[in-house]
Amino acid sequence: MIRLERRKEPSKFWRIANPFLAVVLTMLAGGAMFAALGKDPVAAIRLIFFDPIFSQTFGSYSRPQLLIKSAPLILIAIGLAIGFKANIWNIGAEGQYIIGALFGAGVALAFFPAPGWYIFPLMVMAGAFGGFLWAMIPAILKTRFNTNEILVSLLLVYVAERILAAMALGLMRNPDIPGFPGSRDLRRYEAAHNAELIANTGIHWGVVAALIAVIFAYVMMTRHMLGYQVQLAGQAPRAARFGGVSPARLVVICLGISGALAGLAGMFEVSGPGGQVRIEFASGYGFTAIIVAFLGRLNPFGIVLAGLLLGLTYIGGELSQMILQLPGAAIQVFQGMLLFFLLALDFQTNYRLRLTRGMRI
Amino acid sequence: MKKLLTAAALSAALATPALAETTKVGFIYIGPVGDFGWTAGHDRARQELQDHFGDAVETSIVENVDYGADAERVMTQMAISGTDVIFAASFGYGPDVNAVAGRFPDVAFQHATGYIQEHPNISLYDARFYEGRAVLGHIAGKMTETNTIGYIASYPIPAVVSGINSAFLHARAVNPDVNFRIIWTYSWFDPALEADAAETLIEQGADVIMQHTDSTAAVRVAEDAGVMAFGQASDMTQFGPTAHLSAIVDRWAPYYISRIQAVKDGTWEAQNSWMGFADGIIEMAPWNDRIPADLQAEADNLIAAIAAGEYHPFTGPINRQDGTAWLAEGETAPDADLATMNFYVEGITQELPN
Amino acid sequence: MILGSINPAVLLAALMVAATPILLAAIGELVVEKAGVLNLGVEGMMIMGACIGFIVAVNTGSPLIGFLGAALGGMALSLLFALLTQALMTNQVASGLALTLFGLGLTALLGQSYVGITPPRTPKLDLGPLSDIPFLGRALFTHDIVVYLSIALVAAVWWFLKYSRAGMILRAVGENHDAAHALGYHVKRVRVLAIMFGGACAGLGGAYLSLIRVPQWTEGMTVGAGWIALALVVFASWRPWRALAGAYLFGGVVVLQLNLQAAGVKIPVEYLSMSPYLITIFVLVLISSGKARGSLNAPGSLNRPFHASN
Repeated sequence: MIRLERRKEPSKFWRIANPFLAVVLTMLAGGAMFAALGKDPVAAIRLIFFDPIFSQTFGSYSRPQLLIKSAPLILIAIGLAIGFKANIWNIGAEGQYIIGALFGAGVALAFFPAPGWYIFPLMVMAGAFGGFLWAMIPAILKTRFNTNEILVSLLLVYVAERILAAMALGLMRNPDIPGFPGSRDLRRYEAAHNAELIANTGIHWGVVAALIAVIFAYVMMTRHMLGYQVQLAGQAPRAARFGGVSPARLVVICLGISGALAGLAGMFEVSGPGGQVRIEFASGYGFTAIIVAFLGRLNPFGIVLAGLLLGLTYIGGELSQMILQLPGAAIQVFQGMLLFFLLALDFQTNYRLRLTRGMRI
Repeated sequence: MKKLLTAAALSAALATPALAETTKVGFIYIGPVGDFGWTAGHDRARQELQDHFGDAVETSIVENVDYGADAERVMTQMAISGTDVIFAASFGYGPDVNAVAGRFPDVAFQHATGYIQEHPNISLYDARFYEGRAVLGHIAGKMTETNTIGYIASYPIPAVVSGINSAFLHARAVNPDVNFRIIWTYSWFDPALEADAAETLIEQGADVIMQHTDSTAAVRVAEDAGVMAFGQASDMTQFGPTAHLSAIVDRWAPYYISRIQAVKDGTWEAQNSWMGFADGIIEMAPWNDRIPADLQAEADNLIAAIAAGEYHPFTGPINRQDGTAWLAEGETAPDADLATMNFYVEGITQELPN
Repeated sequence: MILGSINPAVLLAALMVAATPILLAAIGELVVEKAGVLNLGVEGMMIMGACIGFIVAVNTGSPLIGFLGAALGGMALSLLFALLTQALMTNQVASGLALTLFGLGLTALLGQSYVGITPPRTPKLDLGPLSDIPFLGRALFTHDIVVYLSIALVAAVWWFLKYSRAGMILRAVGENHDAAHALGYHVKRVRVLAIMFGGACAGLGGAYLSLIRVPQWTEGMTVGAGWIALALVVFASWRPWRALAGAYLFGGVVVLQLNLQAAGVKIPVEYLSMSPYLITIFVLVLISSGKARGSLNAPGSLNRPFHASN
C-alpha cells in the first residue's frame, strides 16, 4: 500500500525539480494528445516551449512579447497572493482590472490632446485608484455587513464588463469617428502612451511596475509587520485576533492592495499593448492570475516564474495553431494538463510516498 | 525596431517567390471556428478558398484571438513567418491591424468590418447586411399576425442599428400597424440569455423573431412556441423547420477568392469594399414553404432590385426617431451615414441605448 | 401602460426555467462545500455535462440517457479534481480553475463534430388538469421534468444534510475534519463522494442548457453559468432552500430585465443588463448584515487540505 507521509521539512530538491518534471510530463501527455489529433507532437511541443524563446524566426519578436503577456498576470497575481495568504478571497481581479483601465483611460481622454509630463503619472494613480475603489466594494460590504467577498468580487466582474461596454459605446467613444464603438487610440496620444521604454525589449511601465511589486511584496511579507500579520491571520486567525490584528483592517488592506495592483495592470494595458477602451478589452487576465498566484505558491518570485511559464504557453500556443493548425481548444487542454501536473507534483515538496504494509488509509 | 525591419525585409523576400507558387494566407478569428455564427461564416469561406486554389494556397488560422496585444502579436508572427495575406475577421482588430501593417508593408491586410485604413496595404471589407434585413423586414411585416416583431440585438453599434432600421422600415412599408420590440443582450453569444429573450418577446406578443446574435437558441424557442423566426449568419432551418422563415447567410468566399487571385496576379491594392447581394456576399437561406408564393416572389424581386442597384433600402423620405428629417424624398442614404448609424428611424418606439 | 404587457404567471414560469441550470450546479457545489471542499471548476464540469449529454443524447436518441451521460461526464471531470485535491493534496482554488480551463478545451475538441446538430426533443410533462389552474397552472405546471427534478433535488439535499446520518457525517467532515477523523470517519472518502455528486449535478445543469434550454452544442455555451452557480452557494449561506431562492432571484431578475427592455421601459439598457448581479449582491447584503460571523454558516474546514497525520 502506498501512502503519503508529511515531510518534516519541505524538500528543497523537489521544490526545484518539480516544475521541470511537470513540464516533461506535460510534454508526454500533451504530445500524445497532439499525436492523437494527427499532428506532429515533437514539432508542437517545440513550438510551444522553445520557439517563442529560441527560434531564429520568432525569437527576437517573441521574447519581448513574453514580458508583455506575463507582466499583467504577475502584477495582478502578486496582489492576489497577499490576500490569499490571509484567507481573503478576491476572485474578482478581472473587474478591478477593467475599472482600473477605465479610470486610467478616463484621465487620458479628459486631458486629450494636451501635452504634459504629468498626465501619465496621473493616469497611473487613477488606474490604481480605480482598481482600489472597485475592490473596496467587497471590502466594505464584508467589514460592515459581513457579506462574503467571493460572491461580491466575482459578481462585480460582470458589472464591470457591462460598464466597459457602455463606456466603449458611449462616454469614452472616440468623438472623431461617430457611431463606432471604442475610444481614441491612447498609443497615438503621446502624453498618455505607455510606450516601450527600451526598444525591442517589451519593457513598458507595466513590466517595471510588476518588478517593483514583486520586490515590494517580498519585503513586505518577509520583513514587515504587516506581512507577519497577513501570515498569522491566514494560518491562525484566532491567534491573530488575540495578537491585536484587526480582521477588518486586514480585509481592507489586502483587497485594497490587490485591487490597486489589478487596476494598475489594466491601466498599463489600455494605455500600451491594448491601446484603447473597446468592448472586449478584458481577456481574462484577472482569472488567469489566480492560477499564477497559486502556481507560484503565493511566493513573489514563484509568481514571476509561473507568470512567465504561462505566458510562454500562450505565445507558443498561438504559434502552434498558426503553423501546425492545432485547434485552439487543444492548446487549452494542454495548458490545463500543465497546470494539473505542476499542482499534482507539488505534493512531493511536502509529502513523501511511502510503501506500507496493511490497508489502512 | 531595427530587428523588426529586418524581419519585414525577410518576409518580403519570402513573399516574392510565394507569389509564383503558394500564397500563404493567415486568418485570425475573435471566436472559435465552431461557433455556428460569425467566425464559422469566415471559416467556411476560408475552406472554399482552399478548395478553389488547392495547393496554390496555404491557409492557417488562429482562433479566439483577443483584441489588442494578442491580436497584434499573432498577426506579427504570421507576417514574420512569411504569410502573404492576413485576414483579420472582426471589427475590433482595427488598431492592431494598422499597427502591424505599418511594420510589414509587403504583407496584404484584409480587415473585416473595420474603418481604420492608415496604410496602403490595408483593405477593408464589409457586407451590407441591411440589404438582407430589408428582405427580412418585408417578409416579417407581411407574415406577422400580431403586428409585433421581436428583435434580439447584441450591441448598439452601427451595423446592428442599421439592420434594425432597415428591417423596421420595410416591415412598416408593407404593414403600417407593425411594431418592433427590441432586446439588447450586450453579448454576441449567450445561448441561454438569447433563449430567454426570445421567450420574453413572444410572451409580449411577437410572432416573428429576428436576431443579430450568434446562437440558434431563438429559432428553437420560436419553433416550440409555434411562432416564426429568422436565423442569423447561417441557415438555421434544422433548429426550427417550421419556424425558420429564412436567414441572411454570410458568404465571404467570392470576395476572399477574388482578393487572393488579385495577390497572385500582382494586382492587389488597398480597397474599401462594402458588398451586398450584387456581389454574392450575402444570400438568403431557402424560403420556408409557409411563406406564400406571391410573397416569395416579392422577396425575390426585392433582392433582384437591390442587387441591380435599382432600389436602395434606405430611400427617402425617412425621418429620424425624433422626427427630424434624415433623407429627403427620393434621396438614398450615403454610405457614411449607414456606416456610422447611431439613431433609430421614426416609428420605433424604444430608445436606442447611449 | 407598457408594464401591462408583462404577465406575472409567465414571468414566474420563465424564471424557473432560466434558473434551473444554475440551480442544479449550485446544489451540487453546495454539498461539495459542505464537505469542506471548494471546487471552483463548476464551469468546467457544466460544459462537460453540456457536451457529453449532447453527444450521448444524439447517439442514443434519448434525452434521458443523455442526462445520465451528462451526470457521468461531469462526475468524470470532478474525479480528476478529487484525485488532485484529495490524493495529491493540491491547492483547491488553483485546481478548480485549472479544471475549468481543461474542461472548456476538452469539450471543444470532443464536440467538434456535433456543431449544428439538433438533439432529440425532451418532452414537456403533461400534468393534465394541474396546468389548467388559473395563474399557478401556467406558472408552475407547464415545465419539463428537469425543472421539477431540480426542486426535488434541493429537497433531497436539504433532507440529507439535515436528517440523515450520512449527511451529519458529511457536515462534520466539512466543519472540522480533524475532529471528524478522530471520530473515525473517512474524511477523504466522504469528500471524494461529495465532489462526485457535485460534478454530476453540474453536468446535469450543463445538459439542461444543451438539451432543453438552447438546445444545441457550441463550445463555451455555458458562458459563465458555473460562476453564477458558485456565487449562489455563497449567497445561500450553504443552505439548500436558500440556494433555490437565490437561483430564482437571479433568474427572475434576468427575465424581468428582458421583459422591461421589451416593454420599452425608460431605464438605460446598460443598467438593466447589469441588474441581476447588482440585485443579487444587494439582497445578500440585506440578508447578511447585522448577523454575527458565526451565523454565516460557512463550513469550518472549507478550502483547507486534510491529511491524516498518524
